[in-house]
Amino acid sequence: MSNEAALHHSVDVSTSHDTHGDGHMHHHHETFITKYVFSQDHKMIAKQFLITGMVWAVLGGLMSVLFRLQLGYPDSHFYWLEDILGKWWVKDGQITPEAYYALVTTHGTVLVFFVLTAGLSGTFANFLIPLQIGARDMASPFMNMLSYWFFFAASCVMLSSMFVETGPFSGGWTAYPPLSALGSASPGSKTGMDLWIVAMALFVVSSLLGGLNYIATILNMRTKGMSMTRLPLTIWALFFTAVLGVLSFPVLLSGFILLIFDRNFGTSFYLSDIFINGVGALPNEGGSAILFQHLFWFLGHPEVYIILLPAMGMVSEILSVNSRKPIFGYMAMIGSLFAIAILAFLVWAHHMFVTGLNPFLGSVFVLLTLLIAVPSAIKVFNWLTTLWRGNIRFTPAMMFAIGFVSLFISGGLTGIWLGNSALDIHLHDTYFVIAHFHIVMGVASMFGMFAGIYHWYPKMYGKHLNNTLGFIHFWITIAGAYLIFWPMHYEGLAGMPRRYYDYSNWESFKQFIDLNRFISTVAMIVFATQLLFLFNFFYSIFKGRKVTSRNPWQSNTLEWTTPIHPGHGNWVGEIPEVYRWPYDYGKDGVDFIPQTTPVGEEESHH
Amino acid sequence: MTFNLTVAVIILVFLIIFQISKASEYVAILKGEEQNRKNTNKVNGFLMVSFLVLGLIGVWYCNSLLFGKTLLAHESASVQGERVDSMLWLTLSITGIVFIITQILLFWFAYKYQENDKRKVVYFAHSNKLEALWTGVPAIVLTVLVVIGLRNWSYFTSDAPKDAMVVEVTGKQFGWIFRYPGKDGVFGKKYYKNIDPATNSLGLIWRDSASLNLKDDPATHDDIVQEQTMYVVKGKPVKLIIGSRDVIHDVGLSQFRLKMDAVPGIPTTLWFTPKFTTSEMKKITNNPNFQYEISCDQMCGNGHYSMKGVIEVVEQEDYDLWMAKQKPLYFQSFPEKDPSAPKADSTVKAIAKN
Ligand code: HEM
Ligand SMILES: [Cu+2]
Ligand SMILES: [Cu+2]
Repeated sequence: MSNEAALHHSVDVSTSHDTHGDGHMHHHHETFITKYVFSQDHKMIAKQFLITGMVWAVLGGLMSVLFRLQLGYPDSHFYWLEDILGKWWVKDGQITPEAYYALVTTHGTVLVFFVLTAGLSGTFANFLIPLQIGARDMASPFMNMLSYWFFFAASCVMLSSMFVETGPFSGGWTAYPPLSALGSASPGSKTGMDLWIVAMALFVVSSLLGGLNYIATILNMRTKGMSMTRLPLTIWALFFTAVLGVLSFPVLLSGFILLIFDRNFGTSFYLSDIFINGVGALPNEGGSAILFQHLFWFLGHPEVYIILLPAMGMVSEILSVNSRKPIFGYMAMIGSLFAIAILAFLVWAHHMFVTGLNPFLGSVFVLLTLLIAVPSAIKVFNWLTTLWRGNIRFTPAMMFAIGFVSLFISGGLTGIWLGNSALDIHLHDTYFVIAHFHIVMGVASMFGMFAGIYHWYPKMYGKHLNNTLGFIHFWITIAGAYLIFWPMHYEGLAGMPRRYYDYSNWESFKQFIDLNRFISTVAMIVFATQLLFLFNFFYSIFKGRKVTSRNPWQSNTLEWTTPIHPGHGNWVGEIPEVYRWPYDYGKDGVDFIPQTTPVGEEESHH
Repeated sequence: MTFNLTVAVIILVFLIIFQISKASEYVAILKGEEQNRKNTNKVNGFLMVSFLVLGLIGVWYCNSLLFGKTLLAHESASVQGERVDSMLWLTLSITGIVFIITQILLFWFAYKYQENDKRKVVYFAHSNKLEALWTGVPAIVLTVLVVIGLRNWSYFTSDAPKDAMVVEVTGKQFGWIFRYPGKDGVFGKKYYKNIDPATNSLGLIWRDSASLNLKDDPATHDDIVQEQTMYVVKGKPVKLIIGSRDVIHDVGLSQFRLKMDAVPGIPTTLWFTPKFTTSEMKKITNNPNFQYEISCDQMCGNGHYSMKGVIEVVEQEDYDLWMAKQKPLYFQSFPEKDPSAPKADSTVKAIAKN
C-alpha cells in the first residue's frame, strides 16, 4: 500500500513539471491507471521495481534486526515485542526458535531475490537500458509490465506466507529437501513452504520476462552509431546479467517443480530412506537429496553474479564519470564480465564440497572456482587505475562506488579461501561463509545499488537528493558494514556454525557472546541509518532541489541528452546519433565529450 | 518505557541530522554549487584517508581481541587439521598482503586525486602491459594455492588406512547415534522401515520379516549402539560412515577442522586421526570444561542449534575398558540371548528391558 501511495505522489510531482507532450511519440491518451499502475513506460516500471524493492529491503532488514536481537541478547526479555508480533513469534519476551528460523529464511530469500535481483537489476535494467542505448522503450513494453506484475504477485504471496498458522518457511533460503519437502519434519515446511514455492515460481517468471526483454532490447534497439563496443559498461553488465538469469532460472524452476511433486504427489525425486519421529518410516525410496542441491546451485551460483554484475557495471560508469577520466581497460572490463559469466555456470558445486561429492569432481570445481578470481582481480586493478591521476569528485554516488570496490576486495579475497575445498571442509557453513557472502554480495551490491540511486536520481525524479544526508549515510554504512561483518570471520575460524538460534550450550562457541552483542548493536544503528536514506529519498521527490541542467554530472552517456523530465518515448524528436564510446573524459584536455559529439578532425586516437 | 525513550531519542537524533542537512543545503545554494562541492570534497577526501588509517588499526585491534578465541590459537587436534591450518596461514598471508595493498591504493588514490583545479587528468584508457601483469600474477599465485589445496584435498578424501577403527554415525532430528561393529568387526544390515525409536533406533535387521522381505542378519547381534557420545582412540585413525535417518545433517568437527554431510539414503565417509585425548585438550586449551563437540552444520529444523554430540578421545586402554562394558543393542530386545544375563528369570528380564 505505502509504495503505491508513494508512487502516485512521485508521479504527481513529475507531471506538474512535465512540459506536456514532451517526448511523447505515441499520441495516445493516458489514464491514471495506464500511466502509474499498469504502466508500460520503462522508466515508470523501473520506479515500481525500485520502490517495491525498497519496501522489501526495509522488511528484510527489520527481520535481521529481530533475529540479531536474539543472538545479541539471548537472555533478555522483550515483552513489548510480544505485544507487537504476537505469541507465535515471541514467547515470554523472547523470539522463539520457530520464529528465528522463519526470520532468517525469509530475510535471506527476500534480500537475495526481491531486493538485490528485482530491486537492483529490475530497476536499473529497466531504467538505463533504453536511456543509455538510445531507444524509446523496451522491445516489448507489455512483457516488461508483466514482469513487474509477476514480481508484485510474488511479493504478495511471499508476504502472505508470514501470516499462516504454521509459520513461514523456515528451512533456510537454499530450501534443501528433505527438510523443505516434509511438513512433518518442520512446521515451516507445511503451508508456509507451499506459499514460498509459489512466490518463487512467480518470481522466476518475472525474471525471465524481464531478462528476455533486456537481451532483445540491447541486441536490437540500439540507436544509430551505438555499436556494441560503444555501449556503456552498465549496459554490458546488465546484458550478461540477463543472459545468466535466462539460462539459469529455468533450472531452478525445474528443481522447484520436482520439489512440488515430492511434496504433494508422492514422488521420490529427492526422498529416500526417511524415518520421521512421531510419523514413522516414509514409503519413498531411491531419490537423491543431493540432486536438488545441484539444481539449486546451478542457479544459485550464477545468481550471486546476477546480483553483483549490475553493481559492477554501475560502479564502472560512476567511477569514470566522477574521476573525470576514462574507465581503464574498457575491453578488459567487458572480457572479464564475459569470463565471469561463463565461469559462473561452471563452479556451482563449490557449495557442495562436503556433501559427499566425488572428490575428483570436487577438484575440478576447485580449479574452476579459483579461476574466477582472475577476472575479478582484473576488474579491481582496472578500477584502481581509473582513480589513479583522476580528478575525483566525491558525490555520494562516487563514494558508494569507492565503498563497493573496497568491499568487493575484502569479500572476494575470502572467496579464495572457501573455493579451496581443503579449507572449505573446515569453514563450510560457519560464520566465515556468512562474512564472505555478506561482504562480497550483500553489502557490496547494496553499495552498487545506492551508488546507482544517488547517481541517477536526478534523471528519475528531476530532483537532487540531499548531499549531506548522503554523506552521513555513506560513512555510517561503510563503517557499520565492516564492524558487523569483519569480526564474523573470527567466529568462523572458531568453527561457529551458521543458522544457530543459541550458542550458550556450546563449549566451543559460547565465547562470542560479547561480540554478538556488539554486532547486533551496530546492526541496529546501521538499520536506522538506512531509514535516513529512505527519508531523503521520499522527501526529495517532493521537496528536493530541482535539477536545472540536463547533464548535472557532466556525463557522456545518452540518458543525459533527454529532457529533464523525459516523457514516454524519452527523446523529443529524433533519437540522437552516437559517434564515439562513452568514456571520453579528459581527452585532449577537454573535460568531457558526450557520445553524441562527432569525432573532430584533429582529435587524437585512444 | 525504555522502548518509548529509545524511540524518542532516535527521532530526536533524526531531526537534528535532518536540520543540519537542510541547513547545509541552503548554505550550498548561497555559496554556489562549485564552491560547495570543493569544500565537501576536501572533507570527504580527508575522511577517506582517515577511514583507511582507522580501518587498518581496527583490523589489528580486532585481531588482538579475537584471535585467542579462534581455533588457531592452539594446535589442531587432528593430523589432518595441521594441514588445514598451514594452508590457512599461507592463504591468509597471500590474501592479507593483497588486501592491505589494494585497500591502501584505493583510499590513498581517493585522497590524493581529489578534485583540484590545477590537476590535468591523464587520458589513460588502457595498457596491455599492465593488464597482462594483473592477469598473469594472480593466475600464477592461484595455481600455487590450487596445487597445495588439491594435494591436501586428495589426502583428506583418500581411503582410510587399513588399521583405522570404524564408527557409523547417524544423524536424526536432533541428535546423533553411533554404532560400533562389535566383536565380529562387521556392521550388520539395517533397513529404515525397521526402525523403532525405542528399541531399534537404526532399524537393524535382527529378525525375519515377511512383510518387509527381510532376513535376520546375525552380524547385527553384536553391534554396539550409543547415543550422544562417541569414543575414539588417540593416535588411531578413525573412519566415520555417516548417514541420516531423516533430513540432511552435517557432522561438524571444528576441533579436528573437518566436516561431512549426513544425507538420508546416501552414506558418506570421513576419516581423521585425533592427536590429543580430551583431558590433554583441557590442558592445552586451558579450559576445564573442554569437550570435543560434534556440531550439526546443516540446517535440519527448529532444533538444529541444539544438535550436539560429544567425542571422547581416550588412550587405547581406556577405550578397551569402556568397550568391555558395552552391550550389544540386540540384547535389549532379546534378553534371553544375552550370555551374561542370568537364565530365564522373568523379573530380571523385566529389568533388562527397561
Ligand atoms: C573470488 C571469487 C569468489 C570465490 C572464489 C567464491 C567462493 C565461494 C565458495 C567456495 C562458497 C561456498 C562456501 C561454503 O558454503 O562453504 C561461497 C559462498 C558464497 N558466495 Fe562466494 N566466492 C567468490 C565471490 C563471490 C561473489 C562475487 C559473490 C556474490 C556476488 C559471492 C556470493 C556467495 C554467496 C551468496 C555464498 C553463500 C551461499 C550460501 O548461503 O551457502 N561469492 N563463495
Ligand atoms: Cu558460488
Ligand atoms: Cu542441523
